[in-house]
Amino acid sequence: MIKEILEEVEDLDTKIKTLERKAMKESSELTMAADTLEDSFDEINEEMETLDEYNSRLDRLKEMRRYALESAVHLAPDEKVFLARHMQRPHIDDFINGLFTDFFEQKGDHLYDEDLSIYGGIARFHGIPVTVLGHRKGHTMEDNMKYNFGMPCPEGYRKALRLMNAAEKFGRPIITFIDTPGAYPGLEAEEHGQGEAIAQNLAKMSQFHVPVIAVVTGEGSSGGALAIGVANRILMLENAVYSILSPEGFASILWKDAERHKEAAKLMKLTADDLYDAGVCDEVIGEPVGGAQRDYDEVMHNLDGVLYRHLKELMKLSPSGCKHDRQKKYRMIG
Amino acid sequence: MSALIDAVSFPARAKRDQSGLNLKNGESPDFITCKACNRRALRTIWKDNYYVCPECGHYSSIGAIYRMSLIFDPGTFKELNKGMKAKDPMKFPEYEQKVAKQREKTGLEEAAVTAVGRIGGNKVVCVVLDSRFFMGSMSSTVGEKVTRAIEVATRKKLPLIIFSASGGARMQEGIFSLMQMAKTSAAIEEFNKSGGLYISYLTHPTTGGVTASFASLGDITLAEPGALVGFAGPRVIEQTIHKKLPAGFQRSEYLEAHGFVDKIVERKDMRETLIKLIELHKK
Ligand SMILES: [Zn+2]
Repeated sequence: MIKEILEEVEDLDTKIKTLERKAMKESSELTMAADTLEDSFDEINEEMETLDEYNSRLDRLKEMRRYALESAVHLAPDEKVFLARHMQRPHIDDFINGLFTDFFEQKGDHLYDEDLSIYGGIARFHGIPVTVLGHRKGHTMEDNMKYNFGMPCPEGYRKALRLMNAAEKFGRPIITFIDTPGAYPGLEAEEHGQGEAIAQNLAKMSQFHVPVIAVVTGEGSSGGALAIGVANRILMLENAVYSILSPEGFASILWKDAERHKEAAKLMKLTADDLYDAGVCDEVIGEPVGGAQRDYDEVMHNLDGVLYRHLKELMKLSPSGCKHDRQKKYRMIG
Repeated sequence: MSALIDAVSFPARAKRDQSGLNLKNGESPDFITCKACNRRALRTIWKDNYYVCPECGHYSSIGAIYRMSLIFDPGTFKELNKGMKAKDPMKFPEYEQKVAKQREKTGLEEAAVTAVGRIGGNKVVCVVLDSRFFMGSMSSTVGEKVTRAIEVATRKKLPLIIFSASGGARMQEGIFSLMQMAKTSAAIEEFNKSGGLYISYLTHPTTGGVTASFASLGDITLAEPGALVGFAGPRVIEQTIHKKLPAGFQRSEYLEAHGFVDKIVERKDMRETLIKLIELHKK
């Protein structure tokens, strides 16, 4: 299981890091000793041997890590669900930092409230002004509580729509990042019209004349994901998932047993590859072996290129061509 | 109005089960027992009361064809895309058998029935979701039929009336079910821009993806008394917030009080209300 593999790999990571520090220290001492000629020949010899031993131990550890990661190349759907939800996975803040410049955050729905589970604003992507927004999750429990684990209330969806309407007005492309367990199933959320808010976003997003690209980065679950996902292009990170609801919810509705979520994950066809085969996802973006959390730079690099290519293509379309391109995509499903 | 109903030309399949209320084994065909109050009354009395319990006022779910017969002018309605069958896009285990069972139970091919017809002389497009068929859940065929009906209304510049009733997504169709929300909402928005009147009529229960798409996008939103309407189901909400929900939560009356319904309309007033609204919107 990926969970155990990652624990082993992380343990090896720590050991490797410690040993690398030791080796570095040893080698700088050695250089100093050689420079100052303070140590005796024997002492230098001994230090060199220690260094050699460190290095060979390092090689062994790295070999073990490589071996462990090899077993993480082909993952089962439920293992991908695990990675998609990994708390150290890059989230919207990381994507904005890693891919955009000049970010200007826009807060609030300007109707009733500020919903922290949606984060977004104006920024530049390769110098092009765009509107960027998405579900917000944190890397700590504390942040996750603050962001409601990326589960928006109607205010969040209305804030997203406000930002997107402004993008349409000023002709800015829209890039959204999807990462949510779903819309928040709460009392006030219902009272304030969760269904109405999502429906409005779906209706209005279908009409935009600017390019819309949605990137599913983690878990894309239910209408709560789709509400910011009506796009010309849907891109998915390799280990991201996109589905009608969580495997746990699926299992509990279908079999009255949430424990059967692994089985559900398999049947649901929710992985990026499945969605690509279904014609819903337009391109799958590779992740480092073991998951996106292992190397943010690699993820950003991979995503940057693909995102830019799709954006350039869409920017060639006329405004009405862009709208029709998006409408056609959804009209064809089912 | 009941004389009128009897005069409507029913499709053959509706005859055996006109109201949509199936008989249980051993039950006398002359009586109906109310699911809410458990009291029994003559079927003819129920019928005259539009299948609202004569004892307690509980709204019994009714079949899609029967509902259409209650609102259309006699002999004027024509079903659209009648033969469209449910698909199995995920090749989901046992799904086909389950669909077959629903078909047998209801005489319908899918949970959505779409038609054109006249109401008070006005030509309209009407969609009714039938909660007896797979809980009225949104399959790709339901989404397709609803979308096609909206497109007919857009093309022919006809008023659109949709009676929603849905338990949410069709689980067995996964992501294809989800995407119907985007498809139907986009169609409504195009219709909206063409200047057409869309009356959304919420019936018990309207939840999940249907609530979060076309059901919430009406120019006028009506609801049947006591209908459960919401995005998340009450059980899921209770599990999330660890609190008991207030009485009447997510019922039509609650939605009206919170600003999401124009008017709660009783079944007996349904047809007259629709005629009045259509007339008021004539240009
Ligand atoms: Zn009763």
